[in-house]
Amino acid sequence: MASPSDLLQYAISGATLGATYGLAGLGFTVIFNTTEIINLAQGEFVMLGGMLAVFAIRWGGLPLPLAVLLAIGLTTCIGVAMDRLTIRPVRGRSVIVLIIITIGVSIVLRGAAMLVFGKDTYSLPAFSGGEPLAVLGASFLPQNLWVGGITLCTLVAMKLYFDRTISGKAMLACACDRKAASLMGINVDAMVTLSFAFSALVGALGGAILAPITLTSYDVGILLGLKGFAACILGGLGNPFGAVAGGVILGVLESLSAGLISSGYKDAVAFVILLGLLFVRPSGLFGRRGAERV
Amino acid sequence: MSRWRDRGHHLGIAAFAAGLAVLPLGLPNEYYLTVLIFAGLHTILTLGLNLLMGYAGQVSLGHAAFYGIGAYATGILTARYQWPVPVGVAAGVAIALAVAAAIAVPTLRLKGHYLAMATLGFGVIVYIVLNEATDLTGGPSGFTGIPKLGLAGIPIASDLGYYYVVWGATLLLFLLAQNLVRSRLGRALRAIHTSETAAAVLGVDTERYKIGVFILSAGYAAAAGALYAHYVTFVSPGSFGFHASIQFVTMVVLGGMGSLWGAVAGATFLTVLPELLRAIEDYDILVYGGLLILCMMFLPGGLAEGAERLAQAVRGLLERRRPAAPEGTG
Repeated sequence: MASPSDLLQYAISGATLGATYGLAGLGFTVIFNTTEIINLAQGEFVMLGGMLAVFAIRWGGLPLPLAVLLAIGLTTCIGVAMDRLTIRPVRGRSVIVLIIITIGVSIVLRGAAMLVFGKDTYSLPAFSGGEPLAVLGASFLPQNLWVGGITLCTLVAMKLYFDRTISGKAMLACACDRKAASLMGINVDAMVTLSFAFSALVGALGGAILAPITLTSYDVGILLGLKGFAACILGGLGNPFGAVAGGVILGVLESLSAGLISSGYKDAVAFVILLGLLFVRPSGLFGRRGAERV
Repeated sequence: MSRWRDRGHHLGIAAFAAGLAVLPLGLPNEYYLTVLIFAGLHTILTLGLNLLMGYAGQVSLGHAAFYGIGAYATGILTARYQWPVPVGVAAGVAIALAVAAAIAVPTLRLKGHYLAMATLGFGVIVYIVLNEATDLTGGPSGFTGIPKLGLAGIPIASDLGYYYVVWGATLLLFLLAQNLVRSRLGRALRAIHTSETAAAVLGVDTERYKIGVFILSAGYAAAAGALYAHYVTFVSPGSFGFHASIQFVTMVVLGGMGSLWGAVAGATFLTVLPELLRAIEDYDILVYGGLLILCMMFLPGGLAEGAERLAQAVRGLLERRRPAAPEGTG
């Protein structure tokens, strides 16, 4: 039987990992809300956040905070470019076609990262100190605090943005009903571009803050994207806070099953629970069931 | 009218079969044959998945799992327990059908992206089991020593022989799918695709049809997997993961949803393309992704629509040649 301090340990490492899933899931949600697309290139944004920061330090000699900001900025630009070049010109196509386009984008981004950065695995220095801290018999790194803190700050900032700003409300309006929003004079195209920028930003942020804990390489995006998708489905598609909560729950589940059951089966356990939950609640934990439109 | 259309269809298939039969004569070496065998295997899977996605409108991001179940089941039964190969293949398909039937009922209650997630999760779970159940599956390094497929006790050792076996099976499964699509079932499926509610209101038992097609498409995938196992004689989990599932979905959409010829075109195109791109080595992945984006941007109906447009353009050109076209080209 695992001791309470072990459980705490699993919970901390799981929540840290889960925060990144949540940030990736947040990115899925924002794009889904304005376009109904599941952006399968979301994981590559997370990968770019980590990799660009690593190489801004290695090649550009930038200090860490600047490198992370540069990585996030560049990834945001890539998100905008993705919308402008591949999504906006064909807006209105069926959702599945647009999703396949995002698969194409993810292949290109991953391939480009492999060509530019190579196939090696890299790590980013911790934001502050590498000395583990001990609490109640569990030890964790200062970076775990950074991940938790930055994720919380992101959520608060997002809440303020959606509640207090015109463009935040416009984006919510697009999520409710795009046609009605556009009749109210909201520029839906601009909102879609903004949503791509936003989800690239939070994805890259998640990648950059996680890179000091887990290593990063050109192909980490596949798995992180998959987990992000699972996170936002678990939380209920369309609900940004549900996505982050879903990510944390998924991360903790994974870490608990790795610790208590078997590390090889950790993802399987997490997905079995996810499937079981979907069978009981077909629209996720916090998803609205609502009346179906016919 | 419909008899004429039937005749057109039969002619098309006959021409296709004849083309396939003589194609190996024109190939410079065995390598091309291998590529075409894989194209055939992918076509089988894509045909089934297209019935599910293109006709019934239900997305599956986990079909590589059924491909894997078919391959591993027959591989283990024939190599470890010395079952005859045809029995092993049948058992592989049967096991996949049973698994599909077991998960279909709760899974297909889900809709849209939730369904995609559930099938994806199922694929991930199967992939992990293939990796972790080392005693049964050989784990990440795979499972070797699977016998070749044989006919009347004589193993089909040559690639040429296997080419005819695989494409023969493909053709049979194509005809089966075509008959289904043009039957009452096919009409019901298209009704479900257009509007599930409307179909249900009109008395279509939507749930039963969706479950039936899901199970059938799993059977197609497992058949392809079993043929794969007895061709390569080696299976490892890497061939049956998330990446493979995504690739099969891409083949369906790129070929053209709701078009069986599109399934053939999409699977063949995406199997042959990476081989062609080998020449440019490291950059192949960029070109592959780029082509995928461009195809989907400019041919949203897939290769099937592209071919149709091309045919129309040719017809238009021919008609313009004729002097007495009554209506001008507006």
